[in-house]
Amino acid sequence: MSDLDQFRSETRAWLEANCPPEMREPVRDDADVYWGGRKATFKNDAQKAWFEACRDKGYTVPAWPTEYGGAGLSPAEAKVLREEMSRINARSPLSSFGIWMLGPALLQFGTEQQKLKYLNEIARGEIRWCQGYSEPGSGSDLVSLQTYGEDKGDHWIVNGQKIWTSYADKADWIFCLVRTDKNDKYRGITFMLFDMETPGVSTKPILLISGNSPFCETFFDDVEVPKQYGDGIPAQVGEVNRGWDVAKYLLGHEREMISGADGGDRTAAIGATLTRAAGAPLDPVLRAELAMFDVDALAYAAMGEKFLDEVKVGKAHPAQPNMMKYAGTELNKRRHELIMAAGGSAALEWDSSESSEGAKPRAWLRTKANSIEGGTSEVMLNVIAKRILELPGA
Amino acid sequence: MPLYHDDDQAMLADTAAQFMGEEGAIAKQLRHWRDKGCKDGFGHALWKQMAEMGFTGILVPEADGGLGMGHVEAGIVLEEIGRNLTPSPFLTSSVMAATALGQGGDDLRARYLPGLLAGDSVFAVAIDEGAKHNPDRIACKAEKSGNGFRLNGKKDFVVQGASADMIVVAARTSGSETDAEGITLFAVPRDAAGMGHNSVRLVDSSMASHITFENVELDGDAVIGEVDGGRAVLNRVLDAGRVGAAAEGVGVARGSMDMTVDYLKQRKQFGKLIGEFQALQHRAAHLYSEVEIARAAVIKAQQLLDAGAENASLMASVAKAKAGKAAGLAVKEGVQMHGGIGMTDEYDIGLYMKRDRALAEFMGDVYYHAGRVAEMSGY
Ligand SMILES: Cc1cc2nc3c(=O)[nH]c(=O)nc-3n(C[C@H](O)[C@H](O)[C@H](O)COP(=O)(O)OP(=O)(O)OC[C@H]3O[C@@H](n4cnc5c(N)ncnc54)[C@H](O)[C@@H]3O)c2cc1C
Ligand SMILES: Cc1cc2nc3c(=O)[nH]c(=O)nc-3n(C[C@H](O)[C@H](O)[C@H](O)COP(=O)(O)OP(=O)(O)OC[C@H]3O[C@@H](n4cnc5c(N)ncnc54)[C@H](O)[C@@H]3O)c2cc1C
Repeated sequence: MSDLDQFRSETRAWLEANCPPEMREPVRDDADVYWGGRKATFKNDAQKAWFEACRDKGYTVPAWPTEYGGAGLSPAEAKVLREEMSRINARSPLSSFGIWMLGPALLQFGTEQQKLKYLNEIARGEIRWCQGYSEPGSGSDLVSLQTYGEDKGDHWIVNGQKIWTSYADKADWIFCLVRTDKNDKYRGITFMLFDMETPGVSTKPILLISGNSPFCETFFDDVEVPKQYGDGIPAQVGEVNRGWDVAKYLLGHEREMISGADGGDRTAAIGATLTRAAGAPLDPVLRAELAMFDVDALAYAAMGEKFLDEVKVGKAHPAQPNMMKYAGTELNKRRHELIMAAGGSAALEWDSSESSEGAKPRAWLRTKANSIEGGTSEVMLNVIAKRILELPGA
Repeated sequence: MPLYHDDDQAMLADTAAQFMGEEGAIAKQLRHWRDKGCKDGFGHALWKQMAEMGFTGILVPEADGGLGMGHVEAGIVLEEIGRNLTPSPFLTSSVMAATALGQGGDDLRARYLPGLLAGDSVFAVAIDEGAKHNPDRIACKAEKSGNGFRLNGKKDFVVQGASADMIVVAARTSGSETDAEGITLFAVPRDAAGMGHNSVRLVDSSMASHITFENVELDGDAVIGEVDGGRAVLNRVLDAGRVGAAAEGVGVARGSMDMTVDYLKQRKQFGKLIGEFQALQHRAAHLYSEVEIARAAVIKAQQLLDAGAENASLMASVAKAKAGKAAGLAVKEGVQMHGGIGMTDEYDIGLYMKRDRALAEFMGDVYYHAGRVAEMSGY
């Protein structure tokens, strides 16, 4: 048996022993997702047991080095773990912006002390992070952001407003883009980390069309951010005024995450499931649409696998996450249009026990954000045109 | 196995790209033979050269004198064939017929494989009996006759049919037209008495034949695999053909896309390069995304086929359908974005459109394969 086969059989046995049956059910609502953090609560014992087993094994962040709370798995081992988890439909033990976004940026740009502190906190689900990028006047044109940090020697005084800050009201800390030089658009932004309980930080939830309120307006009113925490840990990632490099790098990971490249629900075929659920043969034209969708979904699943394989060995075009995000999110929107169409009037139920709290229409509406959050589809196409196709003036 | 080419495969890709870009180029092959009205639609000298490169025996086991490689490698050659619109009997001979012969006995392999390896022989595969791909319906009949069989019926649009030295024919030896079982595959030599060809030139300048069989006598040695048990062999041949055609389709898509993106960087209107217009940039970027995804689906299908995986046939249909979608988009956008010049015979972009149309039908189009994906998934 090869080392990898050995690893697969060990992983299979470990999952069998540690992943409770409840954690192999599809995620139905937000409470089924464990986000960690100071304010976190578990929905049930199974969720807690599964999270703790993974945390202790380093499986909340399997590919991170062990000194930062990961399991230090090689790319091939991480792929095996992903395959084995998806085989039993295991839920992700911990979801977090720390894992998907800040972590990769720290691994690339952080000081050793920052990595030791923040990555371990993220891996153990102790601190929940939110992302302070967008502002009312700066969405797609993010680099025009205005939130300003005035240099006061050993600290900054930050003033301004962020918007669409996902889970700002539930997060413990924020990674935040702050202008520190008004005279340099690109080299005048600092990537700051600070506690959401710092005086002067306030949040105001925004209700979405899905009826849920996962994001907020975030206000900074004379917020004092020290330049160093404790034993000389800088409050910024990368250099002062060079936060745009970190911000862009992080966006690559965010886009990769939103793209659904790692498989699961987002890339599965749906025709058979929807037809079975309908209980009767579907309209032949709808069936044809489902078949065309399944072709695209299964092809995209292969793309996701290829993309991740290539990323691991540095073969992927650096701008490829933009293509993945574009294709993956447009596909996911189509998926939910078809789920609604196949569900008919039953998929419209917003408030009823049958519909498990409007899961279908809420999920459908939520997917409309996929091609907006983390950079819109139009912006992704702009980036592909410029960086991959190298078209003029893009 | 990671979903990208390993070092050996990457080297083969370089070799194939260079060879096809030089020897198989549009001006040298497709236009040359088309303008001559060549009866075969391809050049035998190039086929010989492909043999010297080892390409013709890429799927033939080493024990039989071939390279013993897999569908990933065959696909590498096919992608370059697609990019350069190189007319050749590679797909029908070295991929489909070679797959069939791989299931044949020692005598059959000894009789036909040396010619393939040397680039002296051309093979075709005759399955369909109508204008749309439908391997579930086979009426062409082979009845027992002495020690062999007597073949009657017809086959339509057999690519390279009239040029072929041997044609793999799927015929019915028992049951009725649409039965899954009762199929037998035969290796029919070109000089078989009673076989008639009506050869037609298709839109892409390739040649296809309507073949009639009138009491064609075949000896028992002509049977590939088991009598009445040919469906399993046929399915292998079909999957090889689907995945192969999909790889060529990705090549057509990439060739067309590259040419178009280049054009966007050269043509000026309204005082600007037309590639500066966002309306075109977004469409080109969307096209890129579709072509990349099709390519991933094709490599996945090739790897599954090489591994003999259970879901290989499903993925073969996904690959053929997705490659068809991507190539169809690439050629349509290609002609449109070239404006008036895209409509001219002198310019190559239209040749991509024509090849895509023919390749779309070959071994089943997008609709056929999407339908098959639905059926195999259980709806
Ligand atoms: C559910 C959700 C969660 C989010 N979470 C966060 C978060 O946690 N933190 C955070 O900082 N932000 C978050 N965002 C914000 C998100 O990043 C922005 O919404 C996004 O970048 C788009 O900015 P905008 O909303 O200002 O739209 P705009 O930039 O105003 O865009 C409006 C329209 O114009 C188009 N457009 C803009 N520029 C161009 C161009 N150059 N070419 C062509 N078309 C163009 C866009 O594609 C879009 O269709 C979230 C958004 C959503 C929907
Ligand atoms: C069959 C045929 C018959 C014709 N007959 C005649 C005739 O009898 N008399 C005559 O005078 N002309 C004729 N034409 C020419 C025809 O009018 C032009 O081909 C047409 O106006 C396009 O110009 P172009 O070919 O230079 O393409 P281009 O203008 O170079 O366009 C190339 C591509 O760029 C796109 N593009 C250009 N500008 C923009 C922009 N601002 N924004 C976004 N996209 C842009 C175009 O849509 C196209 O996709 C004929 C053309 C054809 C194909």
